[in-house]
Amino acid sequence: MPTLARRFSLHLIAIALGAVLMLPFYWAAIGSLKRMTEVRQIPLVWWPAILQWINYSDVWNVRFFPNWVANSVFLTVVATTGTVVSSSLAGYAFARFRFPGRNLLFTITLATLMLPGYVLLIPNFMLFWQLGWLNTYLPLTVPFWFGSAFFIFLFRQFFMTVPIELDEAARIDGASYPRIFWSIMLPLSGPVVATAAIIEGINQWNSFLRPLIILNRPETYPLSVGLRYFVVNPGDNLPKDHLLMAASIIMTLPVIILFFVGQRAFVRGVVMSGIKG
Amino acid sequence: MVSHLTTASAIRPVAARRGALAREQTLWAYIFLLPWIIGLVVFILGPILFSLGLSFFTYTLGRDATFVGLDNWIKAFTQDELFWPTILRTFVYTACVVPLSVFGALFTAMLLNQKLRATTFYRTVFFMPHLAPTVAAIYIWLWLLNPQYGLLNEVIWQIGLHLTGTGLKGPGWFSDPSFALPALMGVALWGAVGGNMMVIFLAGLQGIPQELYEAASIDGANARARFWHVTLPMVSPTLFFNSVLASIAAFQTFEIAFIGTKGGPAYATWLYGLHIYRTSFEFFEMGYGSTLAWILFILLSVFTFLQFRSARNWVFYAGEGR
Repeated sequence: MPTLARRFSLHLIAIALGAVLMLPFYWAAIGSLKRMTEVRQIPLVWWPAILQWINYSDVWNVRFFPNWVANSVFLTVVATTGTVVSSSLAGYAFARFRFPGRNLLFTITLATLMLPGYVLLIPNFMLFWQLGWLNTYLPLTVPFWFGSAFFIFLFRQFFMTVPIELDEAARIDGASYPRIFWSIMLPLSGPVVATAAIIEGINQWNSFLRPLIILNRPETYPLSVGLRYFVVNPGDNLPKDHLLMAASIIMTLPVIILFFVGQRAFVRGVVMSGIKG
Repeated sequence: MVSHLTTASAIRPVAARRGALAREQTLWAYIFLLPWIIGLVVFILGPILFSLGLSFFTYTLGRDATFVGLDNWIKAFTQDELFWPTILRTFVYTACVVPLSVFGALFTAMLLNQKLRATTFYRTVFFMPHLAPTVAAIYIWLWLLNPQYGLLNEVIWQIGLHLTGTGLKGPGWFSDPSFALPALMGVALWGAVGGNMMVIFLAGLQGIPQELYEAASIDGANARARFWHVTLPMVSPTLFFNSVLASIAAFQTFEIAFIGTKGGPAYATWLYGLHIYRTSFEFFEMGYGSTLAWILFILLSVFTFLQFRSARNWVFYAGEGR
């Protein structure tokens, strides 16, 4: 049992650390509610005279901004759904079926986890170029419907913990394998589906390099690539730090909300992939 | 009565049924795995081989490819002026960020493991920076570290004012070649000390049997001795896991350097990922870009292999009972 003095000093350390880590968020949030002159003012403005909520509607009225948000949502939903569907199918096969080549295929699957993304970037780019897919959403969605090693591993680990007696009982009752997967496994997989969807959803929402090399028409950008627009002082050539901060907050908020909604699932997923890895 | 019917006549149908079952399972397994097998071949294994092949060609997107043998590989090691400095810089970045972020995460995890009242709240607060999209985070930090009107330099100035009576001028951070890379490390640390690694450490710490600490205390071990002789050996597998993943990630750092500083000033933050990016997607030299990517692949494999080798000497698996 920690003494009172010890507990006090531990709280002090935790609060100090938390304050340092949260300060950039505060500064961005308050910056997004300042007038542009206040943003670069010295001495610092810790709380603006009038909170400029209008900045958020100004951001929204910046050309293409609503498009970027919609594009990000679209790409995130389509790619994440694809990853969850295809990876859960493969995870189920690895967990439940005995078939020739299983160990080899599973080893290859795990080995691809170590592969640096750069090795795939160039050949994939050339493939999309050959197919005439550049400047479309196909390279940013279609590949994700073909599974992802990390999530296949996650799903396999989870399905292994489901008692096989459930499958066997269903087999005796004459259920087909797709039926077992759909009516027995998936309804039991709520937590792992949520985990996978949250982790991959955040990945997709933040994805930067792929859309950067695939897309070159501003109206098709996702938010991650579109944000750069505010740095180059568009239109009147005046700095737009306050709008950049508002846009950054708009981009960060959904991630934080998603995390709060699925916090337990998320933490479990991180631990599951970490401990058994 | 039943017994003499067994052997041959009864086993054959069972074996046949087993065979049918195995065939059915194999069929269904490959049906379930079909998307992944296609994806593996089309988007991963095929491209790896293609990329290796391409590294022996000079090929600019849309032009004819010319076979040049090992020229690209030789070019990287002997002619590309940016290559060695970039490798060195990336190593320095990795060598600083990985230990700092791994032990930082261990520290925050140990803090959270003290069973304080508001632990869940602290955990959420510490985790928040990890959730900030890198793109958004780097813009926030560009502003925080601005030499003229940034928060940090103003705080430094005020500290100087209070201590000595004159203001203290902070460095130029992202605009100063000697401070740009450390500034990027700072941004990376901010996102890492309370991130996934902390969560994984926390689970590792919670798995340490309490009796070990009690036994150590009875033997007269103080807090420091308990850390060195109980905590550290017991979390060493987690430490190893986090270090390997963090090294792989740090070596491939792209976004913060690309958005934050575009590799500058004066190439001070020109990390290996940027070198591949510019070669491939600004100059569209896909052949040489593939060579650079493969060098990274080989380097990381060797590095990871060495980490696994070294693990024998310092990672302790409680289950092995040594």
